[in-house]
Amino acid sequence: MQCCVCKEKPATVHLTQIVGEKMQKLDLCEDCAKAKGINDPTSFAMADLMLGLGASQELDPKAGAAEIKCPRCGFSQADFKKSGRLGCPECYQTFAEGLAGLLKTMHKGTRHTGKAPEALRKSRETGDRLKLLQKKLNKAIEAEDYELAAQLRDEIKALSGAAPAKAAK
Amino acid sequence: MKDLHQFLISPLQAAQQHGPNDRIVMSSRVRLARNLRAASFPGWAKKPERVKILDLVMPAVSALPEMADSFAEAMDNLTTLDKQILVERHLISREHAAKNVGSGIVLNRAESFCVMINEEDHLRMQALRPGFQIREAWNAIDRLDSALEKRLDFAFDNELGYLTACPTNLGTGIRVSAMLHLPGLVLAEQINPIIQSVNKLGLAVRGLYGEGTEALGNVFQVSNQMTLGEGEIVIVERLEKVLSQIIEHEENARLTLLEKKPKTVFNHIGRAYGILANAHSISSKETMNLLSLLRLGIDLDLFPGTARALVDELFLTTQPAHLQKQIADKLSAEERDLLRADMVRARLKDVSRPVTK
Repeated sequence: MQCCVCKEKPATVHLTQIVGEKMQKLDLCEDCAKAKGINDPTSFAMADLMLGLGASQELDPKAGAAEIKCPRCGFSQADFKKSGRLGCPECYQTFAEGLAGLLKTMHKGTRHTGKAPEALRKSRETGDRLKLLQKKLNKAIEAEDYELAAQLRDEIKALSGAAPAKAAK
Repeated sequence: MKDLHQFLISPLQAAQQHGPNDRIVMSSRVRLARNLRAASFPGWAKKPERVKILDLVMPAVSALPEMADSFAEAMDNLTTLDKQILVERHLISREHAAKNVGSGIVLNRAESFCVMINEEDHLRMQALRPGFQIREAWNAIDRLDSALEKRLDFAFDNELGYLTACPTNLGTGIRVSAMLHLPGLVLAEQINPIIQSVNKLGLAVRGLYGEGTEALGNVFQVSNQMTLGEGEIVIVERLEKVLSQIIEHEENARLTLLEKKPKTVFNHIGRAYGILANAHSISSKETMNLLSLLRLGIDLDLFPGTARALVDELFLTTQPAHLQKQIADKLSAEERDLLRADMVRARLKDVSRPVTK
């Protein structure tokens, strides 16, 4: 097994840490382990190391994915591998598929639940409400409860009429 | 152009700012990462684009009522020494200090808000408060952000939230942090288990100057790491809970040490006082570590009549850039060590030996 930091020497230090409900594993060679201060727990937080490793992670290992470039800024996967940072806001759409997995390992969830710019807050709430109603509607239809379905349909109509439920994407 | 040194609060004044629990929590900070929708992130944008962004963002930030009478400057107009002083004041990151053309800073008079422009993201806005006030800091930066979103078009996605250069900051773009002075836990050798358990909660513990720095002077920075999947308030509340716990552990460690090993505590503090009050050459690192013990001694009433502010002021003025600023000639590290010792001796002239029974 190769060291996951330098990718050269064999890994002899194996680390497992459980953060919340997620298990993270690292395999390092002795030199990299020392360099990252793994023998000294005061200066070592595995999450830091994991996040640092984001830089050398593949966004999308599928064949052909390496050639994808962001249409707005020309950023590519290889650039992400080098810096661990993206090129522009639109890159999140360009590389959405590859990023999904990475985000799961990094964060508590993959959907933002915090603050939103005020201008978008309303359409965001409407969008959420519409999604919920649509779900209920599907259920009602499945259950052949047409009275409820008609009611929900009217509600959806009213809501999307009042504020066109355009996603801010 | 305003002179940074006339603008900055003097170390004496800075040390006299008080907040709740400031004997353990030295300061609180909340920062938000924001980016403009239609521009490349600073690390990928070419110089002309970065300059354009700076020219757009800096006036927008300076025009906010909270930032009236602010210090707003492009990084290439600051000397290396000025930048280093801003780092020593914890107003900008070391990464930002390395920036030049196309990056900038806007700092308000009270030093309660500092916005870095074109650091890793287009905007890194921070609210700073003395003592344990992370909720107040969050409320303050939340208001600043809401005011600014009316002037700038922030990149936001319905699923992913605020879009940031590094996916690790995605979503809320928030980092809530507090700087803690934990000499009791270090002396009692309880600091490692505490750090480990804090890490297990998904929080980071770092040294004095953030990422990748050592815990000089027994000062530790605790902050959240995850930014996506939970709201800002949830993150702030978790930090509040964990910090309250750490404060309690530190207080207990101090009490237990005094009760079980008073001689060890007095020995450490007495020696620290002895060296600081008598040394003729001292490095910045040794100074920090000894000042930390002196600060502990003041907290434990071993130096009646001496205020904690004296130590906090020396924490600042003995750092390399602050020291260099007082002298016109460029100093070598050895010369700085001599000067530092002179200064510390002079400031401790009226502080008597620790009172121990």
